[in-house]
Amino acid sequence: MILQAVAGAALGKAGAALGAGIAAVAAAIGIGKIGQAALEAGARQPEKADHYRLTAIIVGALVEGACLFAILVCLIGK
Amino acid sequence: MNRLARITVFLLALLLWPGVSAAASGEQENLVLAAQSDTAGELDMDEYLYGHVGDAYGWHITTVNGHHVTVHLPVIVRSKTTGWHIFSSKHIEEGEEYEGFRIAAKGEPNEGKLVEEIAGGIVRPLDISITKNVFGLMVNSLVVVLLVLLGARWYRKHDAVEEAPHGFAGIVEMLVTMIEDDIIKVCVGPDYKRYSPYLLTAFFFIFINNLMGIIPLFPGGANITGNIAITFTLAICTFLAVNLFGNKHYYKDIFWPDVPVFLKAIPLMPLIEIIGVFTKPFSLMIRLFANILAGHMMLLGVVAVVFLTAEMGVGLNSGMSVISVLFGVFMDILELLVAFLQAYVFTMLSSVFIGLSRQAPEKE
Repeated sequence: MILQAVAGAALGKAGAALGAGIAAVAAAIGIGKIGQAALEAGARQPEKADHYRLTAIIVGALVEGACLFAILVCLIGK
Repeated sequence: MNRLARITVFLLALLLWPGVSAAASGEQENLVLAAQSDTAGELDMDEYLYGHVGDAYGWHITTVNGHHVTVHLPVIVRSKTTGWHIFSSKHIEEGEEYEGFRIAAKGEPNEGKLVEEIAGGIVRPLDISITKNVFGLMVNSLVVVLLVLLGARWYRKHDAVEEAPHGFAGIVEMLVTMIEDDIIKVCVGPDYKRYSPYLLTAFFFIFINNLMGIIPLFPGGANITGNIAITFTLAICTFLAVNLFGNKHYYKDIFWPDVPVFLKAIPLMPLIEIIGVFTKPFSLMIRLFANILAGHMMLLGVVAVVFLTAEMGVGLNSGMSVISVLFGVFMDILELLVAFLQAYVFTMLSSVFIGLSRQAPEKE
């Protein structure tokens, strides 16, 4: 029974670490796509490149919010 | 580039030289000493992390030679049996008991908070103490008020149309104009002037609190916007600003939207819209809280590397210290960007929500 309790605690930590890893991958993919779109749009229309850069930063912050929500859940479930 | 490369190599050598020489000469002795001494304690990561980002009854600044340098803040509690008590947190800081109150130890239900032992058991009294977060909030609010009012002083003596401000008033005008022209005017719509005070206050409050959280010297360094109670209050303010002043059209869109009847009769769309009314401020709260807290914890973790490798030998410790310091400087610069960006995003989303709640219905 003690073994089960220990295994339960270890499973919580393992789940938390796995969740944090998946959240990091999701953030990287999302923000990478935003960067790609901003650069491509800026390459097609250099006059509005500043506007695209600002929009990319703002949308990056929004996507980061979702991933940090996952990080929070992992911290709580640790 | 050749000159830059040479300067970089020289600086790196300067940083690494003491560690390498110490490692080459005395590593064996240090390891033996560390194994023998009992005072070489392990770093308790949980207590270290949560102690730095959490709340406390006194503001602990540093520890010099075992002597804690703390700013003792007042504890203001009201017990059901003995009435009001006001005393300095000096009396309870080491877990001692004072006038029937003590801080609950680790493992107890109210861990870290003030509890009272009365006949019926351990109970939590009405606690309105000035804790570290409350004191930090007061200091930061004072900074915001000073910043804005001193910036506005220029406009009383000069005609804003004739000349442009420079110096401190120029910075304040630059920030205010950027927020007003790029966010508030665009997103709120024609009656933006009613909501400008709230939105600009929200921006400056969040920005200054984020910045003060990065400064490690007292009175900066309290983790305020990384405290979910603060961001919850900010989200409540936006929630009230959006829903108290909503259009009739806004509420009609929530409860009886312009969709086919079978989506409205089983109240599917209205239910989704009502949930949406609450999830939008909720996401504002979580975004700001998680971003700032994650930044602080990452920075604390990078600095903790120095302490964690302290027992693993001098060479490893000095090398990792150099890496940790350089990475920490980079993280601090990133934190500056995050501080401004989170304030900007909060203000932008709040103004978008306010604008959406006051849209005129589209003409058929």
